[in-house]
Amino acid sequence: MTQTLPMAGPAVPTNAVGLSRKDYTGAPSTLCQGCGHNSISSQIIAACYEMNVVPEGMLKFSGIGCSSKSPTYFLNRSFGFNGLHGRMPSVATGAMFADTTLQAIGVSGDGDTASIGMGQFKHIVRRNVDMVYIIENNGVYGLTKGQFSATAEVGLELKKQGVNQYMPIDICMEAIASNATFVARSFAGDPKQAKELIKAAIAHNGIAVLDIISPCVTFNNQENAYHSYTWGKDHEAPLHELSYIPARDEILIEDIEPGGTQEVTLHDGSTIVLKKLEKDYNPTHRWEALKMLEEAQRENWLVTGLIYVEPQKPAFTESFNLVDTPLNRLTEADLRPARETMAKVNAWMF
Amino acid sequence: MNKIVNDFSITVGTVNGSGSSTANNTILRAIFKMGIPVSGKNLFPSNIQGQPTWYTIRVNKDGYTGRSEAREIVVAINPATFARELDAVAPGGAFFYADDIKQPITRSDITAYAMPIKQLIREQKEVPPKLHDLVGNMVYVGILAQMIGMDLEKIYAALDFHFKRREKPTMMNFNAVKAGADWAKANLTKNDPFVLEPMTKTDGMIMADGNTAAALGAIYGGVQFEAWYPITPATSLAESLNDYLPTLRKREDGKRTYAIVQAEDELAALGMSIGAGWGGLRSMTSTSGPGLSLMTEFAGLAYYAEVPVVIWDVQRIGPSTGLPTRTSQGDLTFAAFIGHGDSQSVILLPGDVYECFEFGWKAFDLAERLQTPIFVLSDLDIGMNQWMSKPFEYPSTPMDRGKVLSEKDIEELKGNWGRYLDKDGDGIPYRTLPGNRHPMSAYFTRGTGHDEQARYTEEAPVFQRVLERLKKKHKTAKQYVPAPILHETRGAEIGILAYGSTESAVQEARAQLAATGLRSSLMRVRALPFSKEVDKFLEKYDQIVVIEMNRDGQMYQLLCMDYPALAPKFRSVAFQDGLPASAKWVREGILNNYEGRKMKDEVKKKTAKKSIKKPPVKKKSAKKASDKRGAKK
Repeated sequence: MTQTLPMAGPAVPTNAVGLSRKDYTGAPSTLCQGCGHNSISSQIIAACYEMNVVPEGMLKFSGIGCSSKSPTYFLNRSFGFNGLHGRMPSVATGAMFADTTLQAIGVSGDGDTASIGMGQFKHIVRRNVDMVYIIENNGVYGLTKGQFSATAEVGLELKKQGVNQYMPIDICMEAIASNATFVARSFAGDPKQAKELIKAAIAHNGIAVLDIISPCVTFNNQENAYHSYTWGKDHEAPLHELSYIPARDEILIEDIEPGGTQEVTLHDGSTIVLKKLEKDYNPTHRWEALKMLEEAQRENWLVTGLIYVEPQKPAFTESFNLVDTPLNRLTEADLRPARETMAKVNAWMF
Repeated sequence: MNKIVNDFSITVGTVNGSGSSTANNTILRAIFKMGIPVSGKNLFPSNIQGQPTWYTIRVNKDGYTGRSEAREIVVAINPATFARELDAVAPGGAFFYADDIKQPITRSDITAYAMPIKQLIREQKEVPPKLHDLVGNMVYVGILAQMIGMDLEKIYAALDFHFKRREKPTMMNFNAVKAGADWAKANLTKNDPFVLEPMTKTDGMIMADGNTAAALGAIYGGVQFEAWYPITPATSLAESLNDYLPTLRKREDGKRTYAIVQAEDELAALGMSIGAGWGGLRSMTSTSGPGLSLMTEFAGLAYYAEVPVVIWDVQRIGPSTGLPTRTSQGDLTFAAFIGHGDSQSVILLPGDVYECFEFGWKAFDLAERLQTPIFVLSDLDIGMNQWMSKPFEYPSTPMDRGKVLSEKDIEELKGNWGRYLDKDGDGIPYRTLPGNRHPMSAYFTRGTGHDEQARYTEEAPVFQRVLERLKKKHKTAKQYVPAPILHETRGAEIGILAYGSTESAVQEARAQLAATGLRSSLMRVRALPFSKEVDKFLEKYDQIVVIEMNRDGQMYQLLCMDYPALAPKFRSVAFQDGLPASAKWVREGILNNYEGRKMKDEVKKKTAKKSIKKPPVKKKSAKKASDKRGAKK
């Protein structure tokens, strides 16, 4: 039942599961023209199409805010749950027990994750729930018209708000501090990298935190603002050139300069190939990752790429030793103890 | 001296964290095994060690096991509360105290027995010194056993049960009991009237606490997911799931059909439970008042997005942190309207341990049938105390998984379905579950305004239509929720409406009132919304007295709202001090509110005074009078 629904017209290109790009789209976006979030939705669609994801096998989650509206704009054929402000993690954590063969993408914002939802964010990371957790990070509250968020840089000046007094929260640093198993940062203005990272995040077993700087064109896109397109383009410092290679594809060694690459093999056998740029960076060292983020903050670099990965740690539901059948397909025969146990239970009481 | 047989209460005053709960439970269980109706209520502080704590045991041959305010037998082990315990003994009562408390016995209207607990336990060579205090508690059990006629064999059975058939601790404790009994036999002369004599009234019954019962009920209801956060008095519910699930849901392949998650707080606990309920699992959480406060926003989401989930609230007394270890029925109106905007909750009100089990499984059927959160309001008294109970009964009906569409169903409908469409006219829509592989099965769940297809909408009539359907669904719930329990008396002058753990106290008060000529009928309500049986009862009686353990008369408020035309005949008897209901306050509360024709003389006078003497005062002067009272203060 995963085939494309019959359609009139000329044949459209399809992927390995027989679906066209259209099968991955959602409702038209109602966000502002040029919003970074729309570009991320497009990359989610592209990544899922290229990875041959079956939409019915993917769940979508979000909290509240501009970013959290976006799951309506991709994967129409996937179940979605747009919950409460800052509470996406708990809903997703519970839902993932229903059928552990399903994958999940969650979309949150900087307010949703780093302010009202910080507690739940840290705990879903700590539990290593198997899902992609995207933060569409623009440093500002959009739906309520332009207040500072917790990721806004100190000194940022916004209309009606004045000057921000506080140091920003670095979501990647928070994720690493909570023992995340996959942490990456990208930039909505760098769609190619964002797509590769989304693919790798989907393939990763466990929580994959993707902090994507996603400019708010309406409230926080001034040239000197750290979450603007201009600042991002001027200050982006990619850690490496990154490509995701699915498990069945052979890596063509001759394409890659010897000595300048590192490969990270994910749980499902797929690979992330990291091509060295100016500096060496090894994303499998937690301490190095924190040090690098600290340096980037001091030097005002927008560091992007795979910051930290630990591919082999078991995901949350794996530690529960669950039956192979999805829990939500079990019936009374599986769930209700047999009638003869009742007498035994009564005997256990005094 | 006339004997008083099987009709008294025992209060043990000790220090918490001293291991006395084993001793007190042993007394309770031994009396239960002697066939005598009995209850035990632990009145304990919110503290781990060192604070005063009381355990009250009510022995009653007629089966009235509500808390009694009289303390016929008092056991005093705590020096800090010695004087208070001594004062509390009923005239003619018996006072057992540890003889190392060097305080004077200032009363001559009671019998005092000094107990050499420390000395006797030191003589027990098998008891290591570090266990002297702990096992020492068994000495007073033995002395009491000898003095009131508790069967030592039954005490052994209770210890054997408590120590899970392990011989060494059982024997060590039992020997301390025997040492106490032997010493009392040789050294004490009985001067009080209280004795136990075996009966057969508990034959076939079990003894359990409500939280264990609720967990077991949930297991027979097929629980698959529970997320929870530790809070007194609900903690043992979740822990009991952990205790019993591995055995009761054991499979040959050793794999599990359920998951229990300890969440980071109650917000997350309900959030996870809602996620799992949305995913199609039989999902629950368990908490108490402060936790329910945190769950409010998620409860509103589950109501509006129509997600099945079961929420157990083992009530303790609020507001705020309140008294974490004291019982209450104070969360009723909060649960009934939980969340901002218009919302109405389906609430179950178990009255005892048996119903905790029964509602444990039924709540899942209701949640999935009605696609809404089901609140089960138990309380600390039911949840944490040991109650006599009928044995648990295997669920009488197969699981009701509600309206769920499979891949096949969607195929047959050719994808033509709407998540929030009222296809059957009962207000309950159909849902699909994540993992359904049909390309037309998915829908987008949201707490924002939605249409029948679950799409976002701000269209006024559409929004209103969905909200009105939810109201209709709430009406439909009336036919599914547990019916009230009715105890009718021929010629009853008043109707008493009560719920939850107060029933035993209410029944006892009814018997006392009937003995003085005031006959009453009782309806114990077991769910919200009120079903047609409640309508009938309220219409039938000229006066309805509503009994409950809270300050403001919350059930009374709900009844006034649902039955405005009948409200003038409702009277509220609400009382709340953190202690379980007693027949005394129920009786007095009823008498204070009784305005019927065949009333007792003094009540007649009192009411007559009220209605005749009260002059028709003008508003102005009434205000003056109250100002004066205020000034005096």
